[in-house]
Amino acid sequence: MTDIAFLLNGETVRAGGAPTRTLLDYLREQKGLTGTKEGCNEGDCGACTVIVTDPEGGLRALNACILFLPQLAGRAVRTVEGLAEGAALHPVQQAMVDYHGSQCGFCTPGFVMAMAAAHAQGRTDHDDQLAGNLCRCTGYAPIIRAAEAAQGAPLPGWIESDREKLKTLSAAQTAGDAAARADAASGPAGGRAPYEPEAGQGTDATLTEAPGFIPETADELAAWYLDHPEATLIAGATDVGLWVTKGLRALPETAFLNRCEDLKTITREEGRIRFGAGVTMTRVLETLAAPYPSYAEMVRRYGSVQVRNAATIGGSLANGSPIGDNAPALIALGATIHLRRGDDRRDLPLEEFFIDYGKQDRQPGEFVEAVSLPEARENFRVYKISKRFDQDISAVCAAFDATVENGSVTAIRTGFGGMAATPKRAAAFEAALTGQPWTAKSVEAALPALAQDFTPLTDMRASAQYRLEAAQGLARRWFAEMSGQRTNVLEVQP
Amino acid sequence: MSVGKPLPHDSAVLHVTGQARYVDDIPAPAHALHLAFGLSRIARGRVVSMKLDKVRAAPGVAMVLTADDLDRPADCSPSAHDEPLLSDGTVHYMGQQLFLVAADSHLAARKAARLAEVEYEEEEPILTVEQALAANSRFEDGPRVWSKGDAETAISNAPRRLKGRLEMGGQEHFYLEGMAAMAQPQEDGVTIHSSTQHPTEIQHKVADALGLPMSAVKVECRRMGGGFGGKESQGNALAVACAIVAGKTGRACRMRYDRDDDMTITGKRHDFRVDYEVGYDEDGRVLGVDFTHYTRCGWSLDLSLPVADRAMLHADNAYLLDAVRITSHRLKTNHQSATAFRGFGGPQGVLGIERVMDEVAHELGLDPLEVRRRNFYRAASELNEAPQHHDDPAPALPKDGDTDLASRGAQAQLPSGGAAPETGANTTPYGMEVTDFILHEMTERLLETSDYKARRAAIAEWNAENPVLKRGIAFSPVKFGISFTLTHLNQAGALVHVYQDGSIHLNHGGTEMGQGLFRKVAQVAAARFGVSPERVRITATDTHKVPNTSATAASSGSDLNGMAAQAACDTIRDRISEFLAGLHQCKPSEVRFADDQVHVGGESLSFEQAVKLAYEARVSLSATGFYKTPDLKWDRIKGQGRPFFYFAHGCAVTEVAIDTLTGENRILRTDILHDAGHSLNPALDKGQIEGGYVQGAGWLTTEELVWDDKGALRTHAPSTYKIPACSDRPDVFHVNLWDAPNPAQTIYRSKAVGEPPFMLGISAFLALSHAAAACGPHYPALDAPATAERVLAAAKRARG
Repeated sequence: MTDIAFLLNGETVRAGGAPTRTLLDYLREQKGLTGTKEGCNEGDCGACTVIVTDPEGGLRALNACILFLPQLAGRAVRTVEGLAEGAALHPVQQAMVDYHGSQCGFCTPGFVMAMAAAHAQGRTDHDDQLAGNLCRCTGYAPIIRAAEAAQGAPLPGWIESDREKLKTLSAAQTAGDAAARADAASGPAGGRAPYEPEAGQGTDATLTEAPGFIPETADELAAWYLDHPEATLIAGATDVGLWVTKGLRALPETAFLNRCEDLKTITREEGRIRFGAGVTMTRVLETLAAPYPSYAEMVRRYGSVQVRNAATIGGSLANGSPIGDNAPALIALGATIHLRRGDDRRDLPLEEFFIDYGKQDRQPGEFVEAVSLPEARENFRVYKISKRFDQDISAVCAAFDATVENGSVTAIRTGFGGMAATPKRAAAFEAALTGQPWTAKSVEAALPALAQDFTPLTDMRASAQYRLEAAQGLARRWFAEMSGQRTNVLEVQP
Repeated sequence: MSVGKPLPHDSAVLHVTGQARYVDDIPAPAHALHLAFGLSRIARGRVVSMKLDKVRAAPGVAMVLTADDLDRPADCSPSAHDEPLLSDGTVHYMGQQLFLVAADSHLAARKAARLAEVEYEEEEPILTVEQALAANSRFEDGPRVWSKGDAETAISNAPRRLKGRLEMGGQEHFYLEGMAAMAQPQEDGVTIHSSTQHPTEIQHKVADALGLPMSAVKVECRRMGGGFGGKESQGNALAVACAIVAGKTGRACRMRYDRDDDMTITGKRHDFRVDYEVGYDEDGRVLGVDFTHYTRCGWSLDLSLPVADRAMLHADNAYLLDAVRITSHRLKTNHQSATAFRGFGGPQGVLGIERVMDEVAHELGLDPLEVRRRNFYRAASELNEAPQHHDDPAPALPKDGDTDLASRGAQAQLPSGGAAPETGANTTPYGMEVTDFILHEMTERLLETSDYKARRAAIAEWNAENPVLKRGIAFSPVKFGISFTLTHLNQAGALVHVYQDGSIHLNHGGTEMGQGLFRKVAQVAAARFGVSPERVRITATDTHKVPNTSATAASSGSDLNGMAAQAACDTIRDRISEFLAGLHQCKPSEVRFADDQVHVGGESLSFEQAVKLAYEARVSLSATGFYKTPDLKWDRIKGQGRPFFYFAHGCAVTEVAIDTLTGENRILRTDILHDAGHSLNPALDKGQIEGGYVQGAGWLTTEELVWDDKGALRTHAPSTYKIPACSDRPDVFHVNLWDAPNPAQTIYRSKAVGEPPFMLGISAFLALSHAAAACGPHYPALDAPATAERVLAAAKRARG
């Protein structure tokens, strides 16, 4: 077996070549499907949005520019060319025409695909469903009118037919059979023959990249990774994708984890929720909406639908980003990170995982298997400050949780992002508030301690001074919100 | 009649199905090469050595070129021949093109371009206004100064005075389709596909670089994925590079900038610092005002002079100023060369005077709305005299083969007339009588429909009850001058064919970037022939069909090309009329074209029948059309004349909310009333207004360009540069057209609509200032863009 198979607009296609070839380049350069556009090549504009259907039948919008071909093994891809059925436009396409939703038209295919995915799921929270699609012409108003007009229209027939066809794409056709995977555990390059470059593919990374390994279980991954500790593990590729499209890096060895179903489980035991590392942020959001609305709201804002559909909770921690928003929230919640190397497993309080900028407590061959956190914490809140509300990296992310007994703070945990080289607790601030009465005055008195905890940097997102002021402002907001004051600018009605 | 109908964009169905073809979607001919530039990594200095061996040896690379490898100097400037395609060894900004790679794929070219080993001799870059002033690093000899009356005396005699400073950032265009071009070598020239607002300029620059006459270069553009001014001059480098490599290799060449490269290489909106000193009375009437504009133009001239001029031309916005002085410093800095962007300096000028009105009102404790109205120009309805129109003196233009006469940056123009100031009591600072001012009436209606006064009162109450969150509301008007200020650019051509089957082929010099120009002009053509719009075939802009075009810019697209198309259609129609009148023994004027029919002598022919008869009678069914805007005269050195054919107006009321703990903010509601004259297509015009507003609000809120102290642009991708997203538009968004005919004789009495609504976004900025002012007694002096950080700082200033 040399390549992977997937459905493209209802037809089975096989694709090989470098494992870091993006779906976008494949569509545009190899298949001549130029309706899918490159707007930014980093998953921020949505012009390349396609719909991907999973073997289980789930359907989601994804950014093709940071989606590697091996991630599609055994899945069905729909592009804008495959949306209409004959001459009959999809309801969202027709509505976009009727409501003047396109001007220059370049973002339109991506919008249409995101709208079609939302339509198929019956979503009507259009601002959120389209937060990952940028339009520079219309000011969005006519696009939203179109999305509203298409609500409830009948679903296109290809949704069911793609699901049916997927059932007949066997594992052997898609990601290699068991024998091939067994071979993969030995040999320097995963034991498989390199992909044969196809015509018209140029001279890209094929010479320097081994074929990607596509394990079916965490056990398979664990065994292989022991032998290939230098490999790059790729789950959603929302971060690694940019290493390739922007850093122009070749990845000599790669493993693609999205067929490991056992890494996607969500379990509850002993008052804790445990997320497998491969759980997407979409499912994290759904799961945490009830116990932690502020967390869910933060997740809603930090990535678009397309990004949340790809990104995983494990990936968001394993890369050690100092500005990722997950880590501060999880640290404040007292989360545990579950690591695995071969058959050895160990647990760490999450804050101990982050050692320094770009450095985590992770051994060669060790990977993040799961994250667990408490099921409920009454006083927990997380806030993010960014230039734009939706889909923006935080200048400051701050999370707070306190145990209040008899009017006094008996325990407090915080987590801050954007304030230091790693996501961090504010130890001095926590100490200043611990044992104090739970009052505005106590919070106010503890604020200067944040300046002891952090010496933030000035960069393109914010100045050092603002970061500190905003962190203090968020601590004030936390108390104000817990005391019932109106604090959320997003909740002000015109 | 097809004119005035809300028809969809001509390509709407192609857009939604992914079939609309952009430059990079055109299938590449076999063996096409893909190009990428190698970019400088310092902002100022010299290249000491450039080792390109690894670049040449990289997989797939076919050719690597430096400036020394070019047969003749290749320049990309629209104005001053100061933009070599590849650096001559001097580095002027970080991102300047040093060398050119041609490879067999886009990715291979990009990868190879990063393998260069370049040694530099670095010099301290000139980045800030202060550094540029200290070094006297500027374009033109000194500041440009225009004045009316004696501002200094008026200010010093005024009962009240204030002075202040406003900083406003630039803006990245962020057209969704990045820059792209393709060159296909021909046996005696080259064909260029370019995502450009200015095909003639591409043609000129390519011809110049290849040493060919313009007639040997054909430039085609069917559509752009957004332009906003960013594709007026900034696409030259890609087209010239493709043409040169195509010429050297005989292979087709294509080039597109990756988004980061696009933002790193190309120019943006000019940022401005506006210092102001104003004298005013107790009623808020401005008696004298002195503005000083400082703008960072970047490393090359590009279009900065006309941009800075237009900022001065809009320093009055909607207000009659008796004593005013405007001083403009055009500073040369080591940045990307700032360029055209929707409004072309106008928004920066307007924001300056709107800030003055806001601060004067704050000092007097008046509603800024009232101060604005008290300072408005006199209403057209109150003026006694009819608008005065003058004959166009049609000046001779200098002959200069190297000058790109079709550029707004052209240098060698003569003043377009005597330009004596007009003497009426309603004149602009540049001596033009304002005869068509309708903002009094528009404001009155908008205040009613937006319920401004009641909401302003309710907001004050709400703010008193809410310590953490504050709301703000603001009104702002716009009066925008319509015409290219380089008078000779106000011309356009069209080419119309009627085929023997009755189908109509329409071509004109305007380009389609999403604004719906092609649809509007097709509606005009259909109306002239009395046929349904479907009969009119819209075709790509093509320099071999219509020559010597001006950029589709300055909001002029439908004004100019609509008139030119009308002229061409009328020529053909008149020929058919004359022929049919002869046949039926009636007057040509009695032949009527309507409802896809031609009515003559009591008989009705189908349009097809009429055309077939005309063809058989050997009547020419093809014609060109031409238009030049009348009544313009302008001396940009003196700052005197009548640079504009007319003014377009609009006004907006925006409400916002801010969080005073962090500065987080959002727009809640916007009401707009905009003057598009008799709209050619109200749906498309409303699209321009909604989109322009959100883009204008983005400029003043979330969109922040950040350069570090080495001159590196740190916000070079959508991950760091934040244009408005879906949820940033106002939750409640009411947009209405004023819909009264343009008193000037424009196409079907419509008005230009591309740029003016952009400035309505200023109301969002003023509303944020109003909300910040609720924090304390002092003026918040908000700077732009009003990020959370700046709003928090403004709230602190208000508290004092």
